Amino acid sequence: MDFQVVVLAGGTSEKLSPLVSKDVPKALLPVANRPVLSYVLDLLEASDLKDIIVVVEGQEAARLVGAWASSAYLDRLLVEVVAVPEDIGTAGALRAISKRLTANDVLVISGDLVTDVLPGAVAATHRRNGAAVTALLCSVPISGPSDAASSGGKDKAKKPTRLNIVGLDITRQFLLHIVSGTDVEKDVRVYKRKIRAVGEMEIRSDLMDAHLYAFKRTTLQNILEEKESYRSIRLEVLPYLVRSQLKSSSSGGEGTTVDETGDATVPSNSHLQCLSQHRILAPSAFKKDLLSSGGTYRCCVYIATKSKYCHRLNSIQAYCDINRDVVGDASHLSGYSFSAQNNIIHPTSVLGSKTTIGPQCMLAEGSQLGDKCSVKRSVIGRHCRIGSNVKIVNSVVMNHVVIEDGCHIQGSVICNNVQLQERAVLKDCQVGAGYIVTASSEHKAESLSKKVERF
Amino acid sequence: MSKKSRGGGGGAAAGEDPEDLSRSPLQAVLLADSFTLKFRPITLERPKVLLPLVNVPMIEYTLSWLESAGVEECFVFCCAHAQQVKEHLGKAGWTGKPAAREMTVTAVESHDAISAGDALRVMYGRGVIHGDFVLISGDTISNMNLKDALQEHKDRRKKDPLAVMTMVIKHSKPSILTNQTRLGNDEIVMAIDPETKELLYYEDRADVSNLYVTIDKDILASNPTLQLRNNMEDCYIDICSPEVLSLFTDNFDYQHLRRHFVKGLLVDDIMGYKIYTHEIRSSYAARIDNFRSYDTVSKDIIQRWTYPMVPDVLSFGDRQEIKLHRQGIYKASDVTLSHCAQIGANSVVGNGTSVGENCKVSNSVIGQGCNIGKNVLIHGSYIWDNVTIEDGCKVSNSLVCDGVHLGAGAIVEPGCILSFKVEVGKNVVVPAYSKVALLPQPSNEDSDEELEYADTNSGVTDSPPFSSMRSADHPTVSDDDDLEASETGTCGVVGYVWENVDAGIQEEWRQSIAPIPKDKLEELQHAASFDDDDDGSEDDFKNRPTVLDQDDDSDVSAVEDDDYSKFEKEVEETFQRALDGIHQDNLILEINALRLSYSLQHADCAGALFHSVMRSALVAAQSTNGNLLKTTAEALGKWKDLLRNYTKSVDEEMEILLKFEEMCQENTKEFSPLFSKILPYLYDKEVVSEDAILRWAEEKENADESDKVFVKQSEAFIQWLKEAEEEDEEEE
Repeated sequence: MDFQVVVLAGGTSEKLSPLVSKDVPKALLPVANRPVLSYVLDLLEASDLKDIIVVVEGQEAARLVGAWASSAYLDRLLVEVVAVPEDIGTAGALRAISKRLTANDVLVISGDLVTDVLPGAVAATHRRNGAAVTALLCSVPISGPSDAASSGGKDKAKKPTRLNIVGLDITRQFLLHIVSGTDVEKDVRVYKRKIRAVGEMEIRSDLMDAHLYAFKRTTLQNILEEKESYRSIRLEVLPYLVRSQLKSSSSGGEGTTVDETGDATVPSNSHLQCLSQHRILAPSAFKKDLLSSGGTYRCCVYIATKSKYCHRLNSIQAYCDINRDVVGDASHLSGYSFSAQNNIIHPTSVLGSKTTIGPQCMLAEGSQLGDKCSVKRSVIGRHCRIGSNVKIVNSVVMNHVVIEDGCHIQGSVICNNVQLQERAVLKDCQVGAGYIVTASSEHKAESLSKKVERF
Repeated sequence: MSKKSRGGGGGAAAGEDPEDLSRSPLQAVLLADSFTLKFRPITLERPKVLLPLVNVPMIEYTLSWLESAGVEECFVFCCAHAQQVKEHLGKAGWTGKPAAREMTVTAVESHDAISAGDALRVMYGRGVIHGDFVLISGDTISNMNLKDALQEHKDRRKKDPLAVMTMVIKHSKPSILTNQTRLGNDEIVMAIDPETKELLYYEDRADVSNLYVTIDKDILASNPTLQLRNNMEDCYIDICSPEVLSLFTDNFDYQHLRRHFVKGLLVDDIMGYKIYTHEIRSSYAARIDNFRSYDTVSKDIIQRWTYPMVPDVLSFGDRQEIKLHRQGIYKASDVTLSHCAQIGANSVVGNGTSVGENCKVSNSVIGQGCNIGKNVLIHGSYIWDNVTIEDGCKVSNSLVCDGVHLGAGAIVEPGCILSFKVEVGKNVVVPAYSKVALLPQPSNEDSDEELEYADTNSGVTDSPPFSSMRSADHPTVSDDDDLEASETGTCGVVGYVWENVDAGIQEEWRQSIAPIPKDKLEELQHAASFDDDDDGSEDDFKNRPTVLDQDDDSDVSAVEDDDYSKFEKEVEETFQRALDGIHQDNLILEINALRLSYSLQHADCAGALFHSVMRSALVAAQSTNGNLLKTTAEALGKWKDLLRNYTKSVDEEMEILLKFEEMCQENTKEFSPLFSKILPYLYDKEVVSEDAILRWAEEKENADESDKVFVKQSEAFIQWLKEAEEEDEEEE
């Protein structure tokens, strides 16, 4: 396939601190003990998309990602890691690497996407429709939208938080309207001409933009060039494309109004009509019709079925959710085979007596647990040393963590090389890399990390 | 359980629910008055529901359908020309002879109803409706099966008693150029929940100037998916629960069924009434609302889309049987046709009509007892009963009522309406889109016999306004100067030519019988392509909405600021009066009232009042600093109780401090050197507590240097407070 893939892997996001640090950029954050970026890359490999540019913000982060990718995907994928300055936005990142794009179509994926929707299916839809852009839309995940989950749950119960409002045509192929960002909470305003043109438009607020787009390269490059101020694909580039998709080319002025057949009352220059009639015409005719007219483009969508898993790792809450799901409900994503007890315990790990590992758990190689421990719905990384009488529930423990006797950990994330001294109690906490939690201390809903020397 | 019901169709719908013993018979309310003026001038003499549609009065179609759909009791609401409607009902055998029909028809007469809302209020007053009923207007043609819709409605009602109405809708895509449906109705934008079919938004007579459809965010919050459609047509067949009548009675401003009632229910979320839609796909339903729909529906009937509501099946009164021939030609039995007369496809020729030599009739309906001479061309027209058309006439796309006489060689151009007994002289050309009647166009005073509520109110131009009365002053009209000059000049038209509105001529083509002229279409097409260009430039304006929004926001805050300064001023004025001796309690009352009317916070009051006190002190003290300090102390001493009334919490005390600071920095700089001296005084008088002062100092700690001026000024005092606090703690 003549597709180039751009993976926007981010840098060291502030939002995810203290999980993300200089040593662990966002792309390498472990989800079920493998970097989150690997989920996207594996998916691409499965779709036979092998020409990949990974864009990382910041030189140091890029070096780390590059080192990992070249070792992990050697001989499997053609991965090129490119560093761009920090905080230039998704559109900015694309603009920075615009010159490297040569293929007809470009697939842009956010590196923090954990999904089982095949990018190849999106790409195929994109090709079939001859679209300028095809966006992947997913149902809002059951575990709650990740963007909103962190912003307090009090209004969540009342009405579902909306991430996007999209308008689709009757066949649910074309994207006619999109509202995202802060406008989502306002009244919906739909341009009447659009409704007129399609007759029927479906407005949905239960779909999530999954940050996976297929772009026609020329269109993308033109927009990036023309609209220099655009920083975000989701908030600016895509809405712009949707807004202007139906405008007729400048050539379609008065000259084309006289139809060859003479008595046709339908003007031939309006692409609105083409769209409204596409159901009558054979798909191929429709495509030809639009392609021949030039100057316009179509925005399409690929809607993943409800059963597909699709989640973005863009908040700490999302990190916990995804880890839980990948070893739990969406275990097919992890790529591991689960035991009869529905968990994964690496053979090199050592368990003390009367220690139980519940279902939906993962214990990686070289980790040791003392006696009478209990682990439920948690992920434990490599070479952790865990004492006796430790309870770990709903938590993620990364690599080389030392947990001494009698600790209780619930709903927390423990980063690399953390030391938990005896009888520390953590609830809903995040502990940054290398932190030492003192003995018998209790923490609730706190973010603990070593003071970073910043000025 | 006697399953044997009274008739085929009736039994099907009625016998559905045997366990429901309290089931009342299915009722219908038929409005035999459309409460519009669109069929003027014809409706001056005959009610709209009695106008012949393919030679059968419209109401016959509606009643026959209701009967076949299983309605057992029908109330015909008559208003204008009530006598004629009642006579007709008797003559057609609906009323009078009992048991002649499966459906009992009762005429309900009222003369002061001016809208559908009034009609329903009258129906409520009668107390005859007991259960779910079908609400329909007497000009609706349909062959749909009500059973499904009724069942849906009932099932919904069982689950949710608030689902009061089910609207029947039908697919009909409006033309992109004219934005109207083939029935000549304006496009409707509806939002429908695809799952439940609940109607969430309804916009008819779409305002062209409004480019956007705005869906309230709350609607979307409760319905994650909704369909916005403008390819649906409202059939004006509603299945209503009895609550609908009481809703009309409760809301006297509900007049129009859609514009007021439906919109009212959708907007009102207190009562939570819901409206649902029922889409029909294969069956037919249409309401004759204007001349274009009259034309369209006539053609549908001739082409048998409305089967069994077609001329050869529908029996009506004393009419002779009509037979269908090839090519959709309907002929009554005793038609006299000349051998060389050509009756083209899709035409109807009524009983006792004679058509002369070399006539050409196509796509037209000719009524009973007409006399058509030689060489007459009739195309796409509707000729009612007993019309005489002399030789060589040409009638195209027009409507010719009973007893009209067209002189030899007369030409009726497209879109004309010739009302009852109008006479057109020899060789006269009736220009396109004219409306001619024997009765004069009514003026404002005598127009109340059939007053259209909604149209006159909403100022839409396609109904004749009562103001432009130019030609109505000339009883015998032959006054097209051009005509006289051009030809015979001896004969003209007997009757009044009705004036259209000035803009009416432009709009007339939209709802006329005549097809939309080509040049109009081209015009529209150009406009559309221009629009397209605009559409392109929409992108350049794409930020406009957001920019506007931002403007709005800033306006709001500006307004708020403005409000506050007004409030402050008013408080000051009130305070001035207090200085003149109003009792303090009254003052508090007044300030509280002001606060409520400006909907401000309690803290705002504290600030404003403090401001007033300080101002008064400033006024009292004329010049020197010492003097000002003294007067301030006096004022504070005098009003401390009043101020304390508003400083119940630390927040309010903070507000006073901040206000003080603001005053010192801005309009009353006189106080600024005295800040540190007044502050302890405020503390002494217990207007502000030490908590407030300390918090204020704390908050200012991180502020700009310029903001810290006063904190620094009173540093000594704050220090003292802090130490005092520590001492307190130590004592404890």
